[in-house]
Amino acid sequence: QNDGYRTLSLSGHVGFGSLPDQLVKKSIKQGFCFNILCIGETGSGKSTLINSLFNTNFDDPVSTHFLPSVQLRAQTYELQESNVLLNLTIVNTVGFGDQINKEDSYQPIVDYIDAQFEAYLQEELKIKRSLFSYHDTRIHVCLYFISPTGHSLKTLDLLTMKSLDSKVNIIPIIGKADSISKTELQKFKNNIMSELVSNGVQIYQFPTDDESVSKINTIMNGHLPFAVVGSTEEVKIGNKMVKARQYPWGTVQVENENHCDFVKLREMLICTNMEDLREQTHARHYESYRRCRLEEMGFRDIGPENKPVSLQEAYEAKRQEFYLELQRKEEEMRQQFVQRVKEKEAVLKEAEQQVQAKFEHRMLMHQQVKLKLEKKKKVLEDEIAMFIEKKANAELLQSQASVSTPVVSLKRDKDRK
Amino acid sequence: PHAGPADRKNEAAMSELVPEPRQKPVVPMKPTGINASLLGYIGIDTIIEQMRKKTMKTGFDFNIMVVGQSGLGKSTLVNTLFKSQVSRKSSGWNREEKIPKTVEIKAIGHVIEEGGVKMKLTVIDTPGFGDQINNENCWEPIEKYINEQYEKFLKEEVNIARKKRIPDTRVHCCLYFISPTGHSLRPLDLEFMKHLSKVVNIIPVIAKADTMTLEEKTEFKQRVRKELEVNGIEFYPQKEFDEDLEDKTENDKIRQESMPFAVVGSDKEYQVNGKRVLGRKTPWGIIEVENLTHCEFALLRDFVIRTHLQDLKEVTHNIHYETYRAKRLNDNGGLPPMTVETEENHESNM
Repeated sequence: QNDGYRTLSLSGHVGFGSLPDQLVKKSIKQGFCFNILCIGETGSGKSTLINSLFNTNFDDPVSTHFLPSVQLRAQTYELQESNVLLNLTIVNTVGFGDQINKEDSYQPIVDYIDAQFEAYLQEELKIKRSLFSYHDTRIHVCLYFISPTGHSLKTLDLLTMKSLDSKVNIIPIIGKADSISKTELQKFKNNIMSELVSNGVQIYQFPTDDESVSKINTIMNGHLPFAVVGSTEEVKIGNKMVKARQYPWGTVQVENENHCDFVKLREMLICTNMEDLREQTHARHYESYRRCRLEEMGFRDIGPENKPVSLQEAYEAKRQEFYLELQRKEEEMRQQFVQRVKEKEAVLKEAEQQVQAKFEHRMLMHQQVKLKLEKKKKVLEDEIAMFIEKKANAELLQSQASVSTPVVSLKRDKDRK
Repeated sequence: PHAGPADRKNEAAMSELVPEPRQKPVVPMKPTGINASLLGYIGIDTIIEQMRKKTMKTGFDFNIMVVGQSGLGKSTLVNTLFKSQVSRKSSGWNREEKIPKTVEIKAIGHVIEEGGVKMKLTVIDTPGFGDQINNENCWEPIEKYINEQYEKFLKEEVNIARKKRIPDTRVHCCLYFISPTGHSLRPLDLEFMKHLSKVVNIIPVIAKADTMTLEEKTEFKQRVRKELEVNGIEFYPQKEFDEDLEDKTENDKIRQESMPFAVVGSDKEYQVNGKRVLGRKTPWGIIEVENLTHCEFALLRDFVIRTHLQDLKEVTHNIHYETYRAKRLNDNGGLPPMTVETEENHESNM
């Protein structure tokens, strides 16, 4: 384990025992992230349970049963307890199990989980990256709400859990467990667990390798799935106000371990294993996603001749590939552009010619009309000249006649004429 | 599928609905969430204990390099720091023994444990530095070694099937030993620190400080600080990496008053005032190594080990290593994009 390093003993106090404290101090400064995904049918008690777990009322609007497809709704909250700041993100499935055809129900959930891994991977692959200040949105735990039918898992449950078990830590929960009696409950739990095992569904196991927690974790592993009841309403029991659900036949106390497993869930999820859940997400699920993704992209650790491919070669090869692609696209675009320009030019030229032809024709017309008008003008002028001459003559004649003969002789003139 | 900053601002922090299935789902952004007030103890603060336990289990790596001319007490100091024989002294070699012709890099690792914390400590010695007649470029083998460790780490990080815990051989801290001439820094000192302060955390120390009086020490330190500033040498803790006001005030005090630490090392114990202390015995008195009125060893020890050990590692990982990685990937044409749409901000493609 020590890779051949010799162990030395210290002859005095050095002081690096404070190292975990230094690390913790830094983590506190940065704050912690925890992301919970709740999957369950509408009305299975998800929101109430989360409210109960964190002693707060996260405003989560009630949804209808009539959504056409499954959607995911994420909300982030900042919770503070003593000097610990927790960035808690709750992702709820909306409309799960409501559709008539549930074939595609789990796909949006898988897509969502993958998208968070993808975002982290993208950040990790950047050249200039800032992982230490990255807001981690990867899902650390998935609380799967099983309907309290009392019999066994539904097909949808098995299908969904099977598609998620390699991507996220799953903790199965029986919601609204106050509708099951104690005897039915144990049988129900056994059925569920054996069904999970026989279908090869890998749920999250509380870690048992650390002596300080292995005992409690082993016991808790045996209590899965946790049968929980949630409530944000308080009822007076004795002289204390406790979270409970009041029925005519009695009161179910949320934090009473005889009534339900709520306390166990809170203990396991938050007080004992939060850090392990985060670590498993990063070291196992994320790594597995990353591996698949990189292989998908054509990266290999071992080259075609079974020799380890060096970093440089892999990048050079990919770089060449993309560079050539870029050049090809550029060339293609350039060709297209040239083509378009040619076409446009041709169209414009033709239009120009047409306009020119029209212009010339008009000019010709104009000339002809002008000529005609000039002729008419000439004729008219001639007529006017003739008329003036005639008029002048007529006036002359008239003036001569009125001077030479009196009025009486008009008759004689007339006779003579 | 990155939403731009304008889009993000417009989306309410309250809820984000994933559009239709099969379309790329929206990634929730940085929390602008509600500050929920707790009505009763939940147990969130137990995460500190969980984290502490985890780190104790995995243990720590720490790699410290010592650079300085022969005879400045490097090995003794490191042994005093870690209260064990982590570095073998070149016990008074004479001319017959070989002076290394070039700078050698010798890394020796040991495992030490204290208070349940296991530390894999590697001391990297650089015999031959500054010992030749012509010392031009003698920092180059050292810079090469440091970069090689970054390269090793990068190679592991880039693998498809990665190790659960990548072995960390990167140099977290480089103690540079300054000769206690009392005058000023030597050209070699400046050259080395100028080059190396860009790739590693350098902590300058004044060696064998028992040759200076208090006044000489103060003056010398002032002059050294001035010279370092004039030459633009940023030693650890670097001003630009102060995270917040608290850090800044704490580090300012160290940068402007305490550093460079004037130290004396010793692995011999003597009886002083009924106590056994580490010290150097001279005809004129016993110099107590851990006595703050005698020398600043205790300050150096507290600084490097008890308060800033984790920070030294983090600056190495988050800054020096990232700088190396970015440069390396840029030179190589960069990493190919994961999706074709990634063309916007970062230079992850040509």
